[in-house]
Amino acid sequence: MLSYFFRKPENWRMYVQETFRQMYAMGVGSLLIVAVISLFIGAVITLQTAYQLVSPLVPVYVVASIVRESTILELSVSVLSLVLAGKIGSSLATELGTMRISEQIDALEIMGVNSRSYLILPKLIAALITIPGLVIISCNVALFSGFLVSTATGVMSSDQFLFGLREDFVPFNVVFCMIKAVTFSFIIATVACYHGYYAEGGAYEIGAASTKAVVYCCIIILVFDYILAQLLL
Amino acid sequence: MIELLDIRKKFGGQEVLKGISAQFQPGQTSLIIGTSGSGKTVTLKCMVGLIEVDSGAVMYDGKNFSAMTNEERIEIRKDIGMLFQGGALFDSMTIEENVMFPLNMFSKMTKAEKQKRVDECLDRVNLSGKNKLHPSEISGGMKKRVGIARAIVMKPKFLFCDEPNSGLDPKTSLVIDKLIREITVDLNMTTVVNTHDMNSVMEIGDHIIFLWQGLKNWEGNKQEVLHSGNKELDDFIFASEFLKKVRENYDKLIH
Repeated sequence: MLSYFFRKPENWRMYVQETFRQMYAMGVGSLLIVAVISLFIGAVITLQTAYQLVSPLVPVYVVASIVRESTILELSVSVLSLVLAGKIGSSLATELGTMRISEQIDALEIMGVNSRSYLILPKLIAALITIPGLVIISCNVALFSGFLVSTATGVMSSDQFLFGLREDFVPFNVVFCMIKAVTFSFIIATVACYHGYYAEGGAYEIGAASTKAVVYCCIIILVFDYILAQLLL
Repeated sequence: MIELLDIRKKFGGQEVLKGISAQFQPGQTSLIIGTSGSGKTVTLKCMVGLIEVDSGAVMYDGKNFSAMTNEERIEIRKDIGMLFQGGALFDSMTIEENVMFPLNMFSKMTKAEKQKRVDECLDRVNLSGKNKLHPSEISGGMKKRVGIARAIVMKPKFLFCDEPNSGLDPKTSLVIDKLIREITVDLNMTTVVNTHDMNSVMEIGDHIIFLWQGLKNWEGNKQEVLHSGNKELDDFIFASEFLKKVRENYDKLIH
């Protein structure tokens, strides 16, 4: 399937337009759920870490450092990608599956359009740009939420939280976060599009293809999460 | 002209097309008729390359389409328009965007030229003023008409229609049939229609091919179809008692 992407598009402008349409649908369409999830991730991880680190031997700002590392390395990228696999992955699979059974894909082929390329390449590029963007937003929202919760509940002062955020910061962790985000984006787009594009039958099969797409996306994301951690950390 | 040369197709162990040969001439509406499962849709899909034939050839103006590479087929497909059973309109686009899609993808026309061409096509199918509606906002008959407009927007040489009357009331079916007939003659297209609607057969059947169990069982035109003397064709056409009586009375009137 991927080999079809590297053929020359029939009309670049149409591909770019479709990419922007997909970016809008994926990005703006997922913004609310990303914000809500990130808000709670940051708040909960802050409270739970503070709860576990009640010791006079551990400085309180360490809570902020742990929140930072947990958020950047795992929660705002892996957990969010699993959520996006459900939201974006099922949406892509359903869209393509519906196009398949309603003969819209056949119509494109008859017109002489490379349907795999026209339908999947813009979605892949949109996912590769949008999902890492959502991950960056998620990291910021989660850390901000942690900051608000820690100061509002008296876990630590704002100065202590900001000091903890900066203390022992390893810039490579952000690079690692982005490598994971791009990898997971690729997995979500390709696996979901594959299951949608090759769906056959009726409404039941589209549902099954969509479910399968989400399940496979989640499993592959978790496997790659482990592989990347093993290789890069 | 389109020519089928002994095309055969098997799915698993079942041979669906058992060697079909036929010719389809420009300016004529050719109908492929037959019962469900006779191989009509497979024949049509083989003709446009959505299904590959196992053997035999589909020829477009003497060029062997079946033996072409994907890139070569794309050139032929620019001359093909197809109306799908459900319209196959793109849900995310308006009617206008649907019809303009092939122009946007392949033509080098200016925006104004494209708009003019789209308006002409929509006018031709009596859908002027409906440009900004989405497929979900229009009826089944209108969807078919938009499908026709999209199929002819590139002025194709070949038009394929898969069950254009399915799901439509008799009056709307007649409108669609007349439209297909008109554009075939006006644009001198080679039109192939896959149907089991007898009204269409009698209305636009310049050339009729009857498929039965994967074989071409009979070939003729609308004047000949009622008196073919072919048992399978008669069984197909005069399936109901009502139609049998109609034929008897028709014969009495004629003789």
